[in-house]
Amino acid sequence: MVKVINAGFYTTIQDLGRFGFQQFGVPVSGVMDSYSAKVANALLHNNENDAVLEITMSRLTLQFNCDTCICIAGADISPKLNNKLVKLNSILNIKKGDILSFGKLIYGYRCYLAVSGGFQTEIRMNSRSMYKSITTQFVLAKNDELAILEHDNIFEKSNASIKINTNHFGLNDIEVLKGPEFELLTKKQQKQLLSNKFTLSKDNNRMAYQLVEVLENNIKPIITSLVLPGTVQLTPSGKLIVLMRDCQTTGGYPRVLQLKEYSIDVLSQKLVGNNIHFLLKS
Amino acid sequence: MNTFSLTYKQYGERSILIEWPSIIDKKTLKDILFYKEKLENILIKDIIEVKSAYNSILISYNNTIENIYNKISVLKDIYSSKISILSKPSTLWKIPVCYDAKFALDLGDISLAKRISKQDIISMHSEVIYTVYFIGFLPGFLYLGGLIKVINFPRKEAPRLHIEKGAVAIGGNQTGVYPCMSPGGWNIIGNSPINFFDISKTTPCFANPGDKIQFYPITKKKHSDITTLVKAGVFQLESEVIRG
Repeated sequence: MVKVINAGFYTTIQDLGRFGFQQFGVPVSGVMDSYSAKVANALLHNNENDAVLEITMSRLTLQFNCDTCICIAGADISPKLNNKLVKLNSILNIKKGDILSFGKLIYGYRCYLAVSGGFQTEIRMNSRSMYKSITTQFVLAKNDELAILEHDNIFEKSNASIKINTNHFGLNDIEVLKGPEFELLTKKQQKQLLSNKFTLSKDNNRMAYQLVEVLENNIKPIITSLVLPGTVQLTPSGKLIVLMRDCQTTGGYPRVLQLKEYSIDVLSQKLVGNNIHFLLKS
Repeated sequence: MNTFSLTYKQYGERSILIEWPSIIDKKTLKDILFYKEKLENILIKDIIEVKSAYNSILISYNNTIENIYNKISVLKDIYSSKISILSKPSTLWKIPVCYDAKFALDLGDISLAKRISKQDIISMHSEVIYTVYFIGFLPGFLYLGGLIKVINFPRKEAPRLHIEKGAVAIGGNQTGVYPCMSPGGWNIIGNSPINFFDISKTTPCFANPGDKIQFYPITKKKHSDITTLVKAGVFQLESEVIRG
């Protein structure tokens, strides 16, 4: 078991998502940056869909009540084990009673903590991903107790941390495909969309990222249709909204672009004030 | 059947969007649901899910689409194929709604603005049989068609931050029930004590696209009684199977 001493800014349990229930209006959810979560699980020889903690931006403190192995990947939030800085992207042995804490954000925005065998929290509709009205809890709180499997320490300490794709946190190019309504835009609008720089606004969460710069817009809302995580919507006022993992299943704004799957991971490590540029791929 | 001219577009790396002409009607819905059922039966091994909305179907595949032209040609063949599928009959669900002032926060405003008595609005809202087009927005939120034009009412300019579970509301030319507490901009005219989304069931929504919904007025007392029965898991919704 792992006890939450300080729940941090926004910490949730996530796996790769909840599939097959969107026809009932249930969002996909799942880890925002699936690349980093997969790295953490892979190093522990977990299944890629095993549940991890998604730690956003800062301060989380946990205490382990059994031996296990863990791996931390994604954003660098200065992870410390019993007050000593530890490496990302490597296997760490945990003893009963150890305290893991996170402090200052160095790079990225979301960090992933995997434990051997994955977190054993409740499964709702084939997934452990937390979401309001689906799981009992939608965000971690102080004093929560999270079930994990006891696991022997790995003795021959390899001390190796794998090299991850460092571009992952520095990329500003967000690769996109044309969205269903892209062709309704004028050539001028298309050019602006694909050549201008856009800034992430303060309105960004697991549901959607809003962008600061507006695009001249005269295309009408559409009849409510289906949307996906990674869809870029254009509102009547010209605001661009990039839908993320917890997005609704349907929407009525024109869908002008669709992020490639890897670019959703890249975008989810950005924070307010960061710049992005949409790069059209085919 | 097959009287519609459809467009097929790749949407993301793993999905294809099929669109019908931009109108909301029962003929389109029937064609969409018939095609959806064929797709689900034939593509079962290749797909994660087939979803539908007013005039569209979205097919999400297990893998990245390698050759979009092949995939679309398979889909077109399925659309025109004559295979017969035993369609599920649709159901008419009778939904209790309490239109009492305790719940109907905006009924007075609508009545004033429209110069229609509250009682007439309630009658018009509850006499119609609505069609379920699809589920979206929130888990268990039914998109219903059929609201009488004279009681259409624009959405609020500033949405409420908290709308109670079960709130029955009008937004523009649509009406619906909030299945859980949520922010929202529709005008609230009543409350239904039943669950529109039940996480403990393998099929969490009782209603499917193509089904029908009719609201019937209940008193505050009845609302509270049904709430108790729903909580105990023993309330049974009235329903009828619709033939043909």
